[in-house]
Amino acid sequence: METVFEKPKMFNSEKMHYCPGCTHGIAHRLVAEIIEELGMQDRAVGVAPVGCSVFAYKYLECDMYEAAHGRAPAVATGAKRVHPDNLVFTYQGDGDLASIGAAEIVHAAARGENITAIFINNAIYGMTGGQMAPTTLVGQMTTTSPYGRKSEQSGYPIRVSEMLATLEGAAYIERASLHDIPNINKAKKAIRKAFQTQIDKKGFSMVELLSTCPTNWGKTPLDSLEWLKKNMIPYYPLGVFKEVE
Amino acid sequence: MTKVLMKGNEAIAEAAIKAGCRYFFGYPITPQNQIPEYMSKRMPEVDGTFLQAESEVAAINMVYGASGAGARVMTSSSSPGISLKQEGISYIACAKLPCVIVNIVRSGPGLGGILPSQADYFQAVKGGGHGDYRLIVYAPASVQEAADLVMESFEASDFYRVPAMILGDGMIGQMMEPVEFKAPKKRDLPKKDWAATGWDDKSRKKAVINSLFIEAEKMQDVCIELDKTYQKIKENETLFEEYMMDDAEVCIVAYGTTSRIAKNAIVTARENGIKTGLIRPITLWPFPSDIIKKAASKVDAFLTVEMSMGQMVEDVKLAVNGEKPVSFFGTTGGVIPTPQNIFDELKKIKEGI
Repeated sequence: METVFEKPKMFNSEKMHYCPGCTHGIAHRLVAEIIEELGMQDRAVGVAPVGCSVFAYKYLECDMYEAAHGRAPAVATGAKRVHPDNLVFTYQGDGDLASIGAAEIVHAAARGENITAIFINNAIYGMTGGQMAPTTLVGQMTTTSPYGRKSEQSGYPIRVSEMLATLEGAAYIERASLHDIPNINKAKKAIRKAFQTQIDKKGFSMVELLSTCPTNWGKTPLDSLEWLKKNMIPYYPLGVFKEVE
Repeated sequence: MTKVLMKGNEAIAEAAIKAGCRYFFGYPITPQNQIPEYMSKRMPEVDGTFLQAESEVAAINMVYGASGAGARVMTSSSSPGISLKQEGISYIACAKLPCVIVNIVRSGPGLGGILPSQADYFQAVKGGGHGDYRLIVYAPASVQEAADLVMESFEASDFYRVPAMILGDGMIGQMMEPVEFKAPKKRDLPKKDWAATGWDDKSRKKAVINSLFIEAEKMQDVCIELDKTYQKIKENETLFEEYMMDDAEVCIVAYGTTSRIAKNAIVTARENGIKTGLIRPITLWPFPSDIIKKAASKVDAFLTVEMSMGQMVEDVKLAVNGEKPVSFFGTTGGVIPTPQNIFDELKKIKEGI
């Protein structure tokens, strides 16, 4: 029989802890596929965050770190400075990257740190049970915004890609989405470009991936994909925000 | 090698370079600024990396990254900055990453002041960060000893995979003294086959630099393993100095800057018929409890002198275990005790004996 699809060899057989319907699995697979396609398995070093992807170090067959909450870009900086030829990446959620780790991601980008950040934006804290994130949309209900996020009280969601794109040290910044096949294919291309930016030593790269959290959004996986498309993309437009030639 | 006149902070930085440290991540704070400044000039000369981080928090996590990648790495700061590093220090301790952290202590709590203090004793030896962990804590009393202990601390930290701390103060950091850089005793250091260097050598396991253990039994096993190492460190790495203890009736216990002032007071005391000696802990953890316990059977009384409201005195009392009276004299906030202050305390003790 002809093999038409295989899971990447960079994925081991460890049972994943992600909820059914969550897009983390897709994001993990894309990262693994690109690293394999680039032939960089032996040089890849990943940094897992605190949040839903805290166990990412278990699933990817490359050297891994597990970092403190928000500090993955600083950890990656240390790792990259010691071994500049390694392909060093962080994999962070929105609570980790855009809230507690805002300083670390901004300064890693400002330094032009030659690392790649994979940024999962699902507009909520998943691991801790669905609290309001810095990316939670105005009006969105969470366990700490039970009446919907009010801008008078909690301000406005942060557009991280646009913000980091203003920094001189950022070499490649793109926002993609995981809500359907065409967009997943675009996301894969974006991840490839980001890693290639690092291999070419151009500076900091980040791909923001709009993602779903059916469990904490209180929606079915299918409704979640639809909700992402209708509500997140208008506020978080897709596209390339920075590309240094 | 001939002696050179150097500031303590600069001697600490140069000693790290001499010890093979090629990565330094820091953030400005007084009174330790000469360490990052010196490193920023010196690291490029030895193909090393100096990076000024965006915060102490980031700096200690860069240390986590670089140590996890197998490098000899150092960071330095001062009290409030060291407080910010505590989260990272706890992660480093749990992930068994060697590194050297320098604290040139200023007074506190809070933003405090920049003058010499020893009020970070608790923070340095009783945890500081969260969880069941220890640091090897060295307390130099001179610029020479600061250089020696920095070089030693890298060896010990690599040997045990336990982070080490150099606990100085503004006096040690800012004072100029002659210093000679002498290589410490070489240890048979274990290979860093646990480091995340890129997994091209498949003869080793995949490297995972981690401090997350979600199963209770597994986390307990990690703590038991760490504790086994700590017990070995207690057996092998405790350092102290005894000064005029042979015939002493009163034993002063003091470390770092304060121990030098105590030595002056001891000379005056002896001229006035008070036979006084000194036990100076050089490692604050492991603490030289045994030698203090032994002294308790010979001397009549103890006097602990610190630049704090009384922190190390608790460990002295634990070691003496009620066998003899233990008094305390302290100045804090950046106030430095004088030999006369200490002599006055000794007179009071002598009258009470």
